[in-house]
Amino acid sequence: MSSFARYRAAWRLERYAPALLLGIALLIYIAMALGLGQTRFLTPEAAVSILNRSIALGMTAVGQTFAILVGSIDLSVAHLISASAVVSSAIMDGNPAMMLPAAFAALALGAVVGTLNGLLITKLEVNPLIATLGMSLVIQGCLASFYGSFKGSVPDEFQIFAYGNLLGLPISLLVLVMLTLLAWLVLRFTRFGSNVYSVGGNRDTARAAGIKTARIVIASHVICSLYAALAGLYLASRLKSGSPWIGAEGAYDLESIAVVVIGGTILSGGKGGIWGTVAGVIIFSLIDSIFNLAGVDAFAKQVMRGIIIVAAVAFYAVRSKRMAA
Amino acid sequence: MTQPASMRNIAPARRRLQQINPVYFVLAVLIVAIAVSNPSFVEPTGYMNFLKRAAPLAILAAGQIYVIVSGGFDLSVGSLITLTVVGSSMLLNNNADATWWVILVMYVIGALVGLINGLVVSYLRVPSLIATLGMMITLNGVAFMWSSGSPRGYLPETFRYFGRVNIQGVPLIQFLPVALIALVMVGATFYWLMHRTNFGRMLHAIGDNPRAAKMSGVPVERVRVLAFMVSAFSAVTAGILLGGFAGVSTDVGIGYELQAITATVIGGAQLLGGRGSVPASIAGALTLTAIFTLLNFVGLPKPTRDVVQGVILIAAVVLATYRRNRTGT
Repeated sequence: MSSFARYRAAWRLERYAPALLLGIALLIYIAMALGLGQTRFLTPEAAVSILNRSIALGMTAVGQTFAILVGSIDLSVAHLISASAVVSSAIMDGNPAMMLPAAFAALALGAVVGTLNGLLITKLEVNPLIATLGMSLVIQGCLASFYGSFKGSVPDEFQIFAYGNLLGLPISLLVLVMLTLLAWLVLRFTRFGSNVYSVGGNRDTARAAGIKTARIVIASHVICSLYAALAGLYLASRLKSGSPWIGAEGAYDLESIAVVVIGGTILSGGKGGIWGTVAGVIIFSLIDSIFNLAGVDAFAKQVMRGIIIVAAVAFYAVRSKRMAA
Repeated sequence: MTQPASMRNIAPARRRLQQINPVYFVLAVLIVAIAVSNPSFVEPTGYMNFLKRAAPLAILAAGQIYVIVSGGFDLSVGSLITLTVVGSSMLLNNNADATWWVILVMYVIGALVGLINGLVVSYLRVPSLIATLGMMITLNGVAFMWSSGSPRGYLPETFRYFGRVNIQGVPLIQFLPVALIALVMVGATFYWLMHRTNFGRMLHAIGDNPRAAKMSGVPVERVRVLAFMVSAFSAVTAGILLGGFAGVSTDVGIGYELQAITATVIGGAQLLGGRGSVPASIAGALTLTAIFTLLNFVGLPKPTRDVVQGVILIAAVVLATYRRNRTGT
């Protein structure tokens, strides 16, 4: 085989690997449901409920895709989600008139955190892991000293976000689909989107080509934080109140990174995309559903989850010639 | 990196001073601050208890630096600590005679965990962040499964000896905690291994430029596996000490992986490899513990500690970058 043909083959596999993994997960799920005679888990309603389980993770992961694509990473999303949930529900405090200001405040918080992360990484040249980890500690500490426990309450009108239906589909799912499409359009069809790939691929080359790399990195972090703030709003709406532990409990920081990487986006940046992340999110919820169907106990589930994350990433990483670190 | 002109004119003494890692000065200042705000700190009970409390984190940082210098991260150490504590209590089952073989079993488990981490990173080419994250999730699950969610029993005194006991009647300092002896022994061994052997040199070479190291004949994969095994060894050791004074629970190890990484960063280690030292990492761990102690004396609550840790983490990296750009060292 010529080296060109081998290159082509590897390229194709890398591109379709997330779809392949998704197909495998889907097959296992269907086989399991059929084998156990539980055909009610194969209806469209079941599919919607599987998807609906990972709305918050989906939003966070779509945002995280931007941070990872640009060659950075964001570990502060989990506590930002908590902060957004707590701040918004504290501002609303059961009053429907305060819904818009609350949502605005949460998004503003996200924008500030994203900008700070971006500035630390670009202007002060702090390693992104450390910058966002430090930011995460700061948010956590501020949150815990201002709000010790559940705060505020969410008016019924706002709960529509999590519990409402439109055209037979949950509104939250529709919002996630819209946010995903928006992210895809931005990455695929705008100059900013292609700049994200260039900066992630090679920051020095991108700068030499005249791209203002710092701005692209900062903007990517702002987008990442905005999506996390939206996930916080959704969780506040679902829990009917803001909990300062919601983000950390869901481990949204590490889970969103795992999902993005399983979706074929490369940790060093510049390669991957939104659809891979979507596949990753669905794979995660399918794995959960498979375990539930099989009746695996919660702790064994966690063990297998850890193994699956590593195995899924190894699935493509093993072929790369790159030196891993 | 070229040196700025001003550097060449600096007197040699001042230049030598600049080459000393700033973490030692920071640590010295903090210790003076603690001694001033709490005079009983200068008594042996004060500083020995401080060292005893800092020992697990210091040992952990000394192991973590191996992985960091080689260019990776080890996020699985916290869960390995939990597994060590929970697993020991399950295996010991309140039987004091079993202590020695249980400790041996724990080190074997640790070696296995490090080996798997290393193999997955080296041969499956999974980024260490993801590989050790997966290991962290898995080990936490194993610890829960092993104890069925609720760890029972106490660790017998023979096991808690390492973390808790002070050897009495030592001249000059009155007493000597066993944990401190463990720290000194591990620290000295790790210092020798990192800074006095070929293994340590190869580790730095890999972290600096893996491709160049490979071409110069460094067995990159094997060295990396060893680095992860050293880190796992330090985690088991820290777990045994923590089991001694913290007791059994499924959350003993939570957060230790990030504190260990913070400690190495405060000690001037460069993330993604090529730079770092064992004594500076231990000093970083002592600095972190000293900061927490000081905040405790001042009476700041735990949330404020988080904020301070976050700010210090970022500040340490900013300062290190600034210093590196300025002095070119």
